[in-house]
Amino acid sequence: MPLKRLHRITLALPLAALLASAASAQVVDEPASEQESRLQSTADHTQFEVLEGPFEDATEVTEACLSCHTEAAKQVHRSIHWTWRYEQPETGQTLGKRNIVNSLCFGIAGNYPRCSSCHVGYGWEDADFDFSAENRVDCLVCHDTTGTYQKFPTAAGHPPYEDRRFQGRLFEAPDLAAVAQHVGRTSRETCGSCHFEGGGGDAVKHGDLDSSLIDPPRELDVHMSPQGKDFTCSTCHEFSGHIQAGSRYRIETDAEGHNPHERPACRSCHGEAPHEGGVHDKLNEHSEAIACQTCHIPEIARGGLKTKTRWDWSTAGRLDEQGEPVVREEDGRVVYHGMKGSFEWAEDYAPSYRWFNGNMRYTLLEDRIDPEGVVPINRPEGGPDEPGAKIWPFKIMEGRQPYDRVRQTLLVPKLFGPGDAAYWGNYDWDKALAAGMEAAQRLGQTDADYSGEHGFVESRMYWPVTHMVAPAEGALGCGACHSDGGRMAGLPGIYVPGEDRHPWVEAVGWAAVGLSLAGVAVHGGIRLVLWRRRRAQEESPS
Amino acid sequence: MSKPRIFTGFERFWHWMQAVLIFGLLLTGLEMHGVYRLFGFGAAFSAHVVLAVTLIVLWAFAIFWHLTTGEWRQYVPREAGLLRMAGYYGYGIFSGEPKPFAKTAAAKHNPLQRLAYFVFKAAIAPALWITGLLMLFYDAWRDSALGGVLPLYGLAGVHVAATFAMLVFIVAHVYIAATTGSPWYAYLKSMVTGYQEGRE
Repeated sequence: MPLKRLHRITLALPLAALLASAASAQVVDEPASEQESRLQSTADHTQFEVLEGPFEDATEVTEACLSCHTEAAKQVHRSIHWTWRYEQPETGQTLGKRNIVNSLCFGIAGNYPRCSSCHVGYGWEDADFDFSAENRVDCLVCHDTTGTYQKFPTAAGHPPYEDRRFQGRLFEAPDLAAVAQHVGRTSRETCGSCHFEGGGGDAVKHGDLDSSLIDPPRELDVHMSPQGKDFTCSTCHEFSGHIQAGSRYRIETDAEGHNPHERPACRSCHGEAPHEGGVHDKLNEHSEAIACQTCHIPEIARGGLKTKTRWDWSTAGRLDEQGEPVVREEDGRVVYHGMKGSFEWAEDYAPSYRWFNGNMRYTLLEDRIDPEGVVPINRPEGGPDEPGAKIWPFKIMEGRQPYDRVRQTLLVPKLFGPGDAAYWGNYDWDKALAAGMEAAQRLGQTDADYSGEHGFVESRMYWPVTHMVAPAEGALGCGACHSDGGRMAGLPGIYVPGEDRHPWVEAVGWAAVGLSLAGVAVHGGIRLVLWRRRRAQEESPS
Repeated sequence: MSKPRIFTGFERFWHWMQAVLIFGLLLTGLEMHGVYRLFGFGAAFSAHVVLAVTLIVLWAFAIFWHLTTGEWRQYVPREAGLLRMAGYYGYGIFSGEPKPFAKTAAAKHNPLQRLAYFVFKAAIAPALWITGLLMLFYDAWRDSALGGVLPLYGLAGVHVAATFAMLVFIVAHVYIAATTGSPWYAYLKSMVTGYQEGRE
């Protein structure tokens, strides 16, 4: 149980510190394992006066951190975790959570204090947030080792300063001084506190990132499992100066069109030919056109938690007699919520496969859409003849979401917050969309106002599947693709033996084989009959 | 009188080895093509490669043997006698007539056999091993000029078409070679013992 273990560490560490300070510097009377864990770092943060607190506000903790780590906030200020902004160099689009629209809760415009509960900062409540404020950086959300620090879901990134409830769940106010004195490396828990909860809950958004990865069995994730390599997220998503490697907006490929040698690319550790060649080298050759993930992540959501596969906002707004949103659950997951519409969920299912050259192109608020078709919220670029493009697995999230019937663009509603405009206040789409688009303008996402006429359009969003890598024995076998109706069915630019057919050759071929057999049977049959007749004549006395 | 010897040891080894390998290739190849499921695609593929490489090595030896012994002449098709053979299989065989051409060490094959074996050796087999090798080593040439003009789908189509031709050949060959001797199994026995069996 990871939580129990964490609590033990929480208790053990101050005790060890007490013992250490009571004893003389040379006398070491602490258990070897505790000494080992204390000596992981060159600094024992329990010994710093500046971290003794008490802290009224989390920004005071940051100020204390920055009194030694003088450049840390400036580093964080340059990272996407802070800016929520990403200039995609290949497509020229300005992306990041500050700019994109998704098919879940659409985006940050108008929904600040809820969305920014996963911003690595404090107080991003509106478009006027000061992105240069150093004390607004949240050090603890990544560096907490106690497991007690968490951001309150609707507090714009702040932790609860007193015990509070959100949707029935109690959020205890952390002891900021204790947390500050026990900072350390990032962990699966700290990264997961945001990345496992994307889309508003555990496992909702990604399908390959959820709380099952905190303590995953080896079959679930061969790298992250304590029975495997026990990696943390940052083992592969290496950080340098608080900037991580790896992005789903752009998966880097080198000039020759291969994935790069740098992490988090698989081949940064596994090399270019990780499979043992036997009588043939086809497995290694597959990597020319197929991403490692395609075979080595056999299913989406393998950790026992369902992920959301469809979100239909058009059905939202049903309230019961008391005016409360109607909620319907099936198998422990909400399938209808008056606030949000209808959902579908799935676990342990085959991904969809697409060619992908590493560049994700988004449909932004400025982009015209075709409301007759399925609007791609984002789409992987690349085709079979493009260097660097490979076949990747994706979770496809289907949606039905509001769009502007006059301007033919996607819309962002204000869902949350004070005032009568929020959809979750009075369930009026027009008011919510007008307020949402106004907020989007202030963010610089669009210049357009909401026309006043909305409809709902089918949408589709692609989430690259790249986590929950199974051990080799759990990878897909050949037959998963090389069989009738195999997983690559319908993908352009490839011939998959066993799956793709030559209908004319086969029709003519089987006909020829059939005719030959029939011809031989008839020929042989006649011979047999005549031979018997001759023999009968020879034997009969003349 | 001792029976005349028709097939040398090498020829018999070559023939039966080839038969085993080709049946193995058909078994694994048809599975890979999705006709049935037996070993699993991966095992079928590996076996197919091993069988194919073995067969190609065998063929290399056989070609060398045929060239050095001059036996290759046995497979040069001739027009003369083709019609007679066709007439025999279409009519004479039913009334128990003897074969128009006797099997001797100097002329092992009748004109129809010469033509059939020539097509097998000069068209069906090369189509299979050339397309097969190209597919096996696809990665070595896919980025070259050849890759632009030779789609994998087309190569596989030729391989599959040649497989059907092979199947048709096998049906006809097994029927004629194993049942039309005198007695009916005489040719089959010759191919095992090497000597002429039965009446000619």
